[in-house]
Amino acid sequence: MNAHRTNGARMRSGHARREPSRRTALRTALASAGTLALAGCDRLSRNDAFVDVLKSAEQLSHAAHRAVAGRKAMAQEFTPADVAAHFKGNGTLVPGDADYQALMRGGFKDWKLEVAGLVEQPASFSLAELRAMPSRTQITRHDCVEGWSTIGKWKGVQLGHVLGLVKPLPNAKYVVFRCADSMDGLSTPTNDTRYYESVDLDDAYHVQTVLAYELNDQPLPVTNGAPLRVRIERQLGYKHAKYVMKLELVESFASIRDGHGGYWEDNGYEWYAGI
Amino acid sequence: MDMPVAASASPTAVSRRIYRHRLPVRVMHWINVVCLTILLMSGLTIFNAHPALYWGQSSTFDKPWVAITAVQGPNGPVGVTRIAGHQFATDGVLGRSRVGDAAAPTVRAFPSWATIPGPQWLSMGRHWHFFFAWLFVINGIAYVSYAIFSGHLTRDLLPTREEWRNIGRSIKDHLLFKHPTGAAAKRYNVLQNLTYLVVIFGLLPLVVIAGMAMSPRLDAVFPGWIEVLGGRQSARTLHFLAASGLLLFVAVHLFEVLISGAWNQIRSMITGYFVVPADKREVRS
Repeated sequence: MNAHRTNGARMRSGHARREPSRRTALRTALASAGTLALAGCDRLSRNDAFVDVLKSAEQLSHAAHRAVAGRKAMAQEFTPADVAAHFKGNGTLVPGDADYQALMRGGFKDWKLEVAGLVEQPASFSLAELRAMPSRTQITRHDCVEGWSTIGKWKGVQLGHVLGLVKPLPNAKYVVFRCADSMDGLSTPTNDTRYYESVDLDDAYHVQTVLAYELNDQPLPVTNGAPLRVRIERQLGYKHAKYVMKLELVESFASIRDGHGGYWEDNGYEWYAGI
Repeated sequence: MDMPVAASASPTAVSRRIYRHRLPVRVMHWINVVCLTILLMSGLTIFNAHPALYWGQSSTFDKPWVAITAVQGPNGPVGVTRIAGHQFATDGVLGRSRVGDAAAPTVRAFPSWATIPGPQWLSMGRHWHFFFAWLFVINGIAYVSYAIFSGHLTRDLLPTREEWRNIGRSIKDHLLFKHPTGAAAKRYNVLQNLTYLVVIFGLLPLVVIAGMAMSPRLDAVFPGWIEVLGGRQSARTLHFLAASGLLLFVAVHLFEVLISGAWNQIRSMITGYFVVPADKREVRS
């Protein structure tokens, strides 16, 4: 189909040359360029300014995802037939912290969820009180940042319901989940290494955001976060904080720990884990 | 067969320089080279975080269809690759390999020379991957738009009826590593056309869509849409297979470049000018 109309006009005459030396040089150049490029990538990975450029994609992804899957878009829910026989535990499997161990030995009877920060009525709730609240049951897929997925059935109280009881102040922008498990050696009064996470109010008030106390019709096992873990169904597993002890409403998480909004975020992972 | 013509008398016996690749195609080609290289290598870093593949929505941990792992041998761990129930010894490359100049090998799926960054570092691999994924998608959309609106698609990429008819001969020429000369060398041949079309409208969209299907937020656009791909773990598998297909394409593409006048080919993708080899059939006869 009239293939060369434009090409023909630009045709110039010339002679083909065979250049084996150039070819060898090219091959050597490509090989050494490859080695250099690899070393270069590793060096760039340690350059803060460059990594900030790479990380700019997180804002772009978050904005684009909000545009195509709105604030209220629902995660897929499954049928009981899809539920995995065993729900893989990951990260902390049994917190070694003494306070948690004591609560665990007592069957979490003395455990209380504290809700504090930018709220009108700070409060704390026992497990029995949370269980007495309206509940939501959902069968959802848990996607780990590592790449695997497991489907489980969760029952709990919607985070939005609990927030309604404590009444967040107008300047509250994030919910921070404070957890029981120390991550890098046991915490000391001067060195807090406990897990924590945070979400914005879009996710906090999402219908499927649940403070779960049951997994697959059983009390939440310790390996999966007993007595309470949060489900943030449209984000990766590390957002679903386990062993939740306290909810804290804040305007900014910049002054908490390393300031990135979560334990894994402080270790280089994205705060927006919808991808 | 062509009539015997004296080489000097034939206009096609003289090689000619033609303007083959226009500037937008050249620029987008090299952006694509950078993106694909980084996406492939940072993708292997992400794969290494859980080096197993499954079909369906969720992971059947005890029976992945592909796993790159290490098994306990008499002298410590040995790297192996399992595919559909068959186990292959891949120690030194897959399953266990040396990281940089380290004395002892590390248990890791893909070796450090194939990953960005080299040492296993999932969060950093993700930063590289998602930044260049955006660049790759924007560049891809720009390319397809350009191809359609500039006429590049119909002029250069779609095979003509004539080329369809001679596809058998083109396959034979390829198998004999015979490259077109003269007028035929000015245009992509039919196998080249079909390969580019499969890559541009098959593998590249698949790798992007399967990648997006792994995002829990994008799954919520229409809950359940990823069932089209068989579920999230199938999407991860398809993402990997499409990337493997692209790697295969790149390998064949580079091979063809090397055996058909490497310098001429590479130069044409830099300056745009390609030297059409003299028509050997006429010269020879």
